Amino acid sequence: MSAMAAIISRDVALAFRAGGGAAQGAVFFGLVTLIFVLGIGPEPAVLSRVAAPILWTGALLASLLSLDRMFQADFEDGSLEVLVQRTETLELLVLAKAFAHWASAILPLLAATPVLAVMLGADAIWPLLASLLVGSPALSLIGAIGAALTFPLRRANVLLTILIGPLFAPIVIFGVGAASSAGDGAPPLLFLAAASLFSLIVAPLAGAAAIRFNLS
Amino acid sequence: MSAGSLGVILTAEGVAGARGGRTVFEGVDLTVSAGEAVILRGANGAGKTTLLRILAGLAKPAAGTLALEGAAINGDAPTPATTAVFIGHLDAAKGAMTVDQNLQFWAKLYGGQASIADIKNWLFLADLSDRPAATLSAGQRRRLGLARALVSQRPIWLLDEPTASMDARSAARVADIIKAHCAAGGIAIVATHEPIDLPDARAFRMAAIGEAA
Repeated sequence: MSAMAAIISRDVALAFRAGGGAAQGAVFFGLVTLIFVLGIGPEPAVLSRVAAPILWTGALLASLLSLDRMFQADFEDGSLEVLVQRTETLELLVLAKAFAHWASAILPLLAATPVLAVMLGADAIWPLLASLLVGSPALSLIGAIGAALTFPLRRANVLLTILIGPLFAPIVIFGVGAASSAGDGAPPLLFLAAASLFSLIVAPLAGAAAIRFNLS
Repeated sequence: MSAGSLGVILTAEGVAGARGGRTVFEGVDLTVSAGEAVILRGANGAGKTTLLRILAGLAKPAAGTLALEGAAINGDAPTPATTAVFIGHLDAAKGAMTVDQNLQFWAKLYGGQASIADIKNWLFLADLSDRPAATLSAGQRRRLGLARALVSQRPIWLLDEPTASMDARSAARVADIIKAHCAAGGIAIVATHEPIDLPDARAFRMAAIGEAA
């Protein structure tokens, strides 16, 4: 287990270094939101209604920026073979890499969300934050499957986006639903939690199988 | 040095290896006992790297069996993941991290108690401790890559061209380190084209399918 902790802390440290991509993701998230606002126009009533969809879409797009490097960066410098050779349970490695992605690429987005939500005049910031917190692990986990499938390819990010885009669709649907239904029973939030838990089981298995296939 | 007196015996019987769906070699029988060094020889494409990756557990043999005998580790039978370390063509160092940070990461990854200061001295890395790995020369990077074998404290070393791009002094030191590893009961399997000063090592010649051995 301490090996997995070492992998997570190394990945997070590398992501927050210059050129690591963690800060760029948050800036991109802000930029996408701003472009939506410029496109929609300065109508507070409209903006506050579309705040949740815009922020969910922006978070999804920003998380895509760094997904393709999850295994590819390690593959290119030989580290991936080292990690795989050392790890008896490859599923744990996928879980560690997905968690490191979530901590370095998604957490900064969550930190930026309240500011952007206020900018958009969102009605309810807490349900929005809760929906992102519950749903975003699924983005990293499903993304890990795509990253594990595509890391040997040169233009992996394009194929990765095409592969996992459809799988992200239900997450966004439930996410926006959970953000908009203010607390009354909130079944969309439960669906969102179910999606995250389901991907927590499926992603390590599928990701490990894809890595084995790609390395052998 | 720290191979641990695990008394591991590595046995390959009738092993065939494939690369990209093509079988590159077959019928490899190899038994390596604790304290032995083996040098893999063979032309480009004979499958030296493929064999090392199979022994490391990174690829499955297309045919044949592999066995590891040795003392149980934490109650489990020895596996490549717990007993072997593979140093491939790439050095696996993160360019954005310093030499020290790379070594410390590997120490945590393998969970060993190796003395990083000693390892840096042996491989002439002490003066480079605070340099990002990206700024090292090819030979320096290779030395850093090899330091991982020492940090891992695994008894089985699988080394692919360990002395590539190294100067004579470093290459001699690598040979000394391999000798010391074997003297302490470790196993070293070295694939190389370059002369390496391991007088006690057994040569194992590999021939690609369709090529005379």
